[in-house]
Amino acid sequence: MAAIIEIDRLSKEYGSGTKALDNVSMSIDEGEIIALLGPNGAGKTTMISIICGLVVPTGGTVRVGGHDIRTDWRAARRLIGLVPQEIALEPFEKVINCVRFTRGLYGMPPDEAYIERILRALSLWDKRDAATRELSGGMKRRVLIAKALAHQPRVLFLDEPTAGVDVALRREMWEVVADLRREGVTIILTTHYLEEAEQMADRIGVIAKGRLLLVRPTAELIGEFGRKTLTIELDQPLQAIPAGLQGRGLGLSDDGRRLSFDYDTRAERTGIARLLGDLAAQGISVRDVSTRQSSLEDVFLSLVSEEAA
Amino acid sequence: MSGINWRGVGAIFHHEMMRFFRTIWQSLASPVLSTVLYFVVFGAAIGGRIQSVEGVEYGAFIVPGLMMLTVLQQSVSNASFGIYFPKFSGTIYEYLVSPVGWVEVTMGFVGAAAAKALLIALVILVTSFAFVGVHILHPFWMLAFLTLSALGFSLLGFIIGLWAKSFEQLQIVPMMVIMPLVFLGGAFYSASMLPPFWESVAKLNPVLYLISGVRWSFFGLADVPVGVSLAAVGLMVLICLAIIRWIFATGWRLRD
Repeated sequence: MAAIIEIDRLSKEYGSGTKALDNVSMSIDEGEIIALLGPNGAGKTTMISIICGLVVPTGGTVRVGGHDIRTDWRAARRLIGLVPQEIALEPFEKVINCVRFTRGLYGMPPDEAYIERILRALSLWDKRDAATRELSGGMKRRVLIAKALAHQPRVLFLDEPTAGVDVALRREMWEVVADLRREGVTIILTTHYLEEAEQMADRIGVIAKGRLLLVRPTAELIGEFGRKTLTIELDQPLQAIPAGLQGRGLGLSDDGRRLSFDYDTRAERTGIARLLGDLAAQGISVRDVSTRQSSLEDVFLSLVSEEAA
Repeated sequence: MSGINWRGVGAIFHHEMMRFFRTIWQSLASPVLSTVLYFVVFGAAIGGRIQSVEGVEYGAFIVPGLMMLTVLQQSVSNASFGIYFPKFSGTIYEYLVSPVGWVEVTMGFVGAAAAKALLIALVILVTSFAFVGVHILHPFWMLAFLTLSALGFSLLGFIIGLWAKSFEQLQIVPMMVIMPLVFLGGAFYSASMLPPFWESVAKLNPVLYLISGVRWSFFGLADVPVGVSLAAVGLMVLICLAIIRWIFATGWRLRD
């Protein structure tokens, strides 16, 4: 698939010498969802802000749909919609007028049918004549999404779209994103909720200290960096790990009924078969076994701590 | 000009005008009431003791000054509030990420602010007919001077709105600078009524040239040559445009 965003050695250094973004390069294909993960101050918002035109880079280039964001900024910006992190709306303006205004600002002719469609899709149609100050936080965030979609962008940036919203609304937002993806909109989102990235993103980019540590397909990232834990439920509790099984990194639960064993999914021999054989040889009978894949959160923490070290 | 996003200009202009029409009675009531008070105080109470100025009835003589007072105050306050409010509410990001540049943003906000000021000035002109008989010698030039002045001071207000970091700062320039300049610019008297030294000082006040130009369009009377008045307002527009262009190019007070 063709790249819709090409970022080449993008940097942002402030007067104080702080490098908010350090030589970042990446390419984003049309129609994919990319999640940018990183701790606070990692450079995620700076990256989005540069691409959207809020921040001027000190080095590198960005092309959106083949248009350079600095030399051909009008064409580049027409392709982009931004949902900012902070809720910012004109308090006295009606919802529908906010969306119409944004469409006009992007140079698009009025299209009431399209505006009705996005307001309905975002469950805002019934609130179209309400002033934005009368809306709940979740509704306001939807208005921001409606505004960002008002000019039918091909790329949508969502800067922490579910920050501060409750669990139910977060799931609704995920559905909105899934619908947009079906329509072929490329989505770049930043999030602190790793579950969100894991569930929605095709690829994940991890940023720390202004550097892009990696960009990988979500499943591959979890699989490659992930470890699994094997939990063995025992018929009879153990007082301690038997001498013949020590030195293998086994853990025993407080009640002595469960053994846990961490193994690397990438290893040629995981050691599971040998462990189960040894348990049988020692007369320890097993009631059940289960495995747990390490979450993206574990992967993320391990990457960021490696970078910090 | 083919690169200009005209729909973007229209969206900003329409949005600003809608705000004005949402509060149309408040927008009109305050300047009309002030004008009526000026007519009562300066036209009837004081004007009753001044027969005429340079052959014009005093009540009529102050009409151009009152219109200019309104145009300048309204232009500055509309334009400064117009651009400051998105900064205050955080919606300024929209203007920075959309395909509109400084030209479109300025045209939208300044155009709307000037249009509102002109509308109110015309309402004041109509109000003045209830108090005095006014004959306008050069209606075209009256509109031209009012429009240029509205644009010039809307541009100035726009700069104030971009510069301001608080509502207090938004108020202070109109109060401390615009009001004194208008009062000392001959809104209620002719500069020729001043002693020679103060007449020379008054000519350093740019607003004098604007009021003089409008008064000339009404009565054919001017403190300074009309060409100088036009050049003064034209220069003001150019200086303000250069400053606005610089603000958008550098992002000063616009981008974090």
